[in-house]
Amino acid sequence: MTVQPNKFTKVLTGNAAAAHAVLRCRPDVVAAYPITPQSELVEVLAKFHADGDLDCEYVPVEGENSAQNVVCGASMAGGRAFTATSSYGLVYMYDTLLQTAGYRAPIVMVNVNREPPGIHCVYGGQQDMISTRDSGWVQIIAESNQEIVDTIIMGYRLAEDHDIQLPVMVNYDGYYLSYMAAAVEIPDQKAVDRYLAPLKDQPPRMTLKPGEATGCGSHGMGAGFVEYRKKHMAAMERVKAKLDTIDGSFQEAFGRSYGGQIEAYRCEDADIVLVTSGSATGTARTVIDAKREAGMKVGLVKLRLFRPFPVETLTPVLKGRKAIGVLDRSICFGWNCGPMFMELNAITRHIGIMPMLSFIDGLANMDITKDHISGMIDDIYKASQGDSYQEVTWL
Amino acid sequence: MGVKQEENYMYDTESAWSDGNKSLLCLKTGEWRTSRPVIDREKCNACGICMVFCPPQCIDDDGDYYAVNLEYCKGCGICAKECPRKAITMTPEGEYADDCPTE
Repeated sequence: MTVQPNKFTKVLTGNAAAAHAVLRCRPDVVAAYPITPQSELVEVLAKFHADGDLDCEYVPVEGENSAQNVVCGASMAGGRAFTATSSYGLVYMYDTLLQTAGYRAPIVMVNVNREPPGIHCVYGGQQDMISTRDSGWVQIIAESNQEIVDTIIMGYRLAEDHDIQLPVMVNYDGYYLSYMAAAVEIPDQKAVDRYLAPLKDQPPRMTLKPGEATGCGSHGMGAGFVEYRKKHMAAMERVKAKLDTIDGSFQEAFGRSYGGQIEAYRCEDADIVLVTSGSATGTARTVIDAKREAGMKVGLVKLRLFRPFPVETLTPVLKGRKAIGVLDRSICFGWNCGPMFMELNAITRHIGIMPMLSFIDGLANMDITKDHISGMIDDIYKASQGDSYQEVTWL
Repeated sequence: MGVKQEENYMYDTESAWSDGNKSLLCLKTGEWRTSRPVIDREKCNACGICMVFCPPQCIDDDGDYYAVNLEYCKGCGICAKECPRKAITMTPEGEYADDCPTE
């Protein structure tokens, strides 16, 4: 999305843009530990706090596990809490991630996508968020620095909504977005206050209060455990429509929209569709335009919402196509393909059987080039013409 | 079949919240116990070390001495092990007729 410069425009990296968005959301508690490629976010927030711009309890924790515990507790005490992490940090807080979700603590966390442990690497990739996909968190992926800002603000509207009460993980690509500077419009404080104000009119959620004997997350008792799991699942399903609504009200307030759960680009008459997520989508859009100019009926779907998976929204967009391809920046052990490809395979009963191609690209910051995406689209096209095709391609 | 429907929900809350003034959503872990700590008040000097070491914090100050809350005591025996005056003896549950006495 091109930003028209105005008095609210700044040139910011993705990390700094995220920090500005957090500042506008007026968190009560921030606890985060720096890690490449997220560190700048923590530094900028700490500076905001040190300079007196950010009026919050800033907890300089000794690690990510503590960070997640602090924000979980802060949220259960009724506060608005924020943390940010990446890769090793995300997996170091894994037990607490599950706890925050189970307690239904509506925090917002930025996760700057980076390869997790195994083959040590500080570079980007979505394997970290993929490894936590069933942790009960809402997972949204942003494509641009502007979308990072807007998604964090929308994230609080979503997380703290009384119908939802779930933690929200805002993901963006390490390096490509975390360190790249772009023109970003940082919304006016009053406008953000107005946008988040409806949360104050909602029924109060359960909170811990000093002097009151209240417990949460205590010993799971058979049938009660099942009931709370089912409630969590139901809230997750409600996220889909709620995100569309929140995206709509964001457009009314700020003039920008991201399509809610997914963005469908030039899909109306498309024979074939490429599914992407994150920063690679911008490159893909350019290639799709060139292919369209050359007469190929190709469309693009950007996945914004990954958990819950937007089955109902994807179905009408993908149904009846001749072939689709899915670009993954991570791998799915056990299925020999990309995870997003695997998830799309799971909706075959809704969209019908057609050739589906998995492309694994961009691991550890390997560039997803225009040539790569052009090749993917050519492969999808050939498969749509009845040619034999390779199901999984590593680039 | 045992499919959980909204109309059959047992709790008002979205997650496992409980009002401690009524009852916490806890198991009565005392049912797990195979032996119970019995305090010999002749030997006990009420130092409170048993209370400090009790993992589920179910030893309470009852005024002059300390008393074990047998609804929650799992019978781990740490209090008996830590007692400097050997005033606590772990006694097999089979010697008690009642399930969960409070004294």
